[in-house]
Amino acid sequence: MNEGSKKTIKTLCFAVVGMFTFSFALVPLYNVFCEITGLNGKIELSATNDKNIEFDNGRDISIQFVSHNNEEMPWAFRPSEDNIQVKTGKYHTATFYVKNTTNRRMVAQAIPSVAPSNAAAHLKKLECFCFEQQELAPGEEALLPVRLIFDNELPSSINSVVLSYTIFDVTDYNDVEFTQHHNDDHHADHEMEPSI
Amino acid sequence: MSAVIESHNHDDHHHGPAKGLTRWLYTTNHKDIGTLYLWFSFAMFLIGGAMAMVIRAELFQPGMQIVEPEFYNQMLTLHGLIMVFGAVMPAFVGLANWLVPMMVGAPDMALPRMNNLSFWILPFAFFVLLSSLFMEGGAPNFGWTFYAPLSTTYAPPSVTFFIFSVHIMGASSIMGSINVIVTIMNMRAPGMTLMKMPLFVWSWLITAYLLIAVMPVLAGAVTMMLMDIHFGTSFFNAAGGGDPVLFQHIFWFFGHPEVYIMILPAFGIASHIIETFSRKQLFGYASMVWAMASIAILSFVVWAHHMFTVGLPLAAELFFMWATMLIAVPTGVKVFNWVTTMFKGSITYETPMLFAIAFVVLFTIGGFSGLMLAITPADFQYHDTYFVVAHFHYVLVPGSIFSIMAAVYYWIPKWTGNMYDERLGKLHFWLSFIGVNVTFFPQHWIGLAGMPRRIPDYALQFADWNMISSVGAFLFGASQILFLFIVVKTVMGGKKATPEVWEGSRGLEWTVESPAPYHTFTTPPKVN
Repeated sequence: MNEGSKKTIKTLCFAVVGMFTFSFALVPLYNVFCEITGLNGKIELSATNDKNIEFDNGRDISIQFVSHNNEEMPWAFRPSEDNIQVKTGKYHTATFYVKNTTNRRMVAQAIPSVAPSNAAAHLKKLECFCFEQQELAPGEEALLPVRLIFDNELPSSINSVVLSYTIFDVTDYNDVEFTQHHNDDHHADHEMEPSI
Repeated sequence: MSAVIESHNHDDHHHGPAKGLTRWLYTTNHKDIGTLYLWFSFAMFLIGGAMAMVIRAELFQPGMQIVEPEFYNQMLTLHGLIMVFGAVMPAFVGLANWLVPMMVGAPDMALPRMNNLSFWILPFAFFVLLSSLFMEGGAPNFGWTFYAPLSTTYAPPSVTFFIFSVHIMGASSIMGSINVIVTIMNMRAPGMTLMKMPLFVWSWLITAYLLIAVMPVLAGAVTMMLMDIHFGTSFFNAAGGGDPVLFQHIFWFFGHPEVYIMILPAFGIASHIIETFSRKQLFGYASMVWAMASIAILSFVVWAHHMFTVGLPLAAELFFMWATMLIAVPTGVKVFNWVTTMFKGSITYETPMLFAIAFVVLFTIGGFSGLMLAITPADFQYHDTYFVVAHFHYVLVPGSIFSIMAAVYYWIPKWTGNMYDERLGKLHFWLSFIGVNVTFFPQHWIGLAGMPRRIPDYALQFADWNMISSVGAFLFGASQILFLFIVVKTVMGGKKATPEVWEGSRGLEWTVESPAPYHTFTTPPKVN
């Protein structure tokens, strides 16, 4: 085999390995891309650092809360209020009712999503039950709080926002690791949201 | 291997093929391996076709008659996977093996042992895939696009075998592509510059680069699935912080170039055949090359047009719509060049030419329905209906498959030394042509009327066209048995072919005897 062939083979093998690596690199790239552009209704799964976000002269918008149970998740899970009227630039607290309807101890994780997706970048949360996993004893119930604010830069075309939470059964998962990664900004690849 | 000095005659007995079954097992000869690939893909075509017959039989009437919905889903999935990875792709690799070395004046493929390996792992891949039919829980049932979480959380246990078989198919394709590229880049006869290469060689060079770029991405996607299923990761599982939509992005980043992998070699084949039977030089050679290269490059930036309905932002919907429509420009150049080549040519209508003309016409119809699907707002109506089924079957069956049949009729005299039966060939063409149109054209209408794809039962108003579609499918299916008969008959004997075979044939492969000797161009020919 001549030198030219060997060189071509080497280049091509390198390309194959490179593309395989690239397919895995797509996972963090996708996340970073969505975060920068605010696409996909992605919201941060950690408390905001922005302390000076509150303003007085906000406008009225309505927030609709939606709850879903993933797959066979048996818990009762619903918002305390389906619809609230709020002002932008002002903190509000909403609660979700949750009850473990089974006779075993279970762990759940809620995943949020925002529609329309361009509202996602303007939603900040001080506190949310989705930041950590919820563990409930058999028959135990709880009111889960979320403390949120829409900043004043929310596009004027948006007068109504849907905030949806899907609750997942993660009892069988390694729960400790999951929550830690979620609260760690450096583990961007674990911070993906379902799209709407 | 480039320094083999050949002092004997080509037909010297010493250099002929080995005897018996081990000839095929151990062979490193590009012609033998090409033959193996072609027969393998024919077998897969018949198996995948039999599955299509099950699907059309169930859809013959509304209501559930023949199979259970679960089995219907398995047939649907395996039909797609087998036709894409088992029939179309190996057929093109087989043609590349037979033709690329002869067309560039090389004695063999650059890596003959790897060539043997890349073929012989394929039967195992499909054995693994097909064996899942007999496993508990049945075969994969999530469609050939295997969207997560349908293919992870909700998949039957046999999905692991599916993943393994996709890995093997990918390895085979990657090795095949490396072989093709190294052969073309380093083993051309003296004087054959890149812009003098036959178009089939060009089309395969571009296809091979596409394969190198996207098959590893497919391997990555199924590896992530494997990890999600067995190793507790959450690439596509929202509960663990993953994203199912990410799967679709990765899949279609592979999937869209993949559909061009299945059509580019067909462009090369059609160019050769139309040129030969028009008895004219091909119009616009350079623009053909540039058109293929542009199509290949554009194929990397249009993937999300398969996912307009997942909730993409408006900017992305617009970008992918325009990028997709842009592909119509180089494709239009190609169709224009084929038509212009035929214009004022002294055309004769032998079987390969009939298939090639049908390819141009019907592929263009498939291209137009593709343009309709590219219109984002309209796609929300067409998405996941039979209109999509009609579209991709028009580009794949009378597109890719017709081009493969055209290639077989065109080159089989060179491969076997015998002419095929022209009367039977024409009969096969007309049966296939009528069958394919009766099958797939009505699917446009029932799709526009709202019949969803991937269902075993349907609303009553779709009954008539479905019945007609099924009749067409049975006709098309049966006429492929005739194709098998014609090929076997030609291999067994027939009118002897001359070296040039066709009156207007051009290219190095027509300068050697028919059948082509076991070793050709051991001393490179001179190309002016």
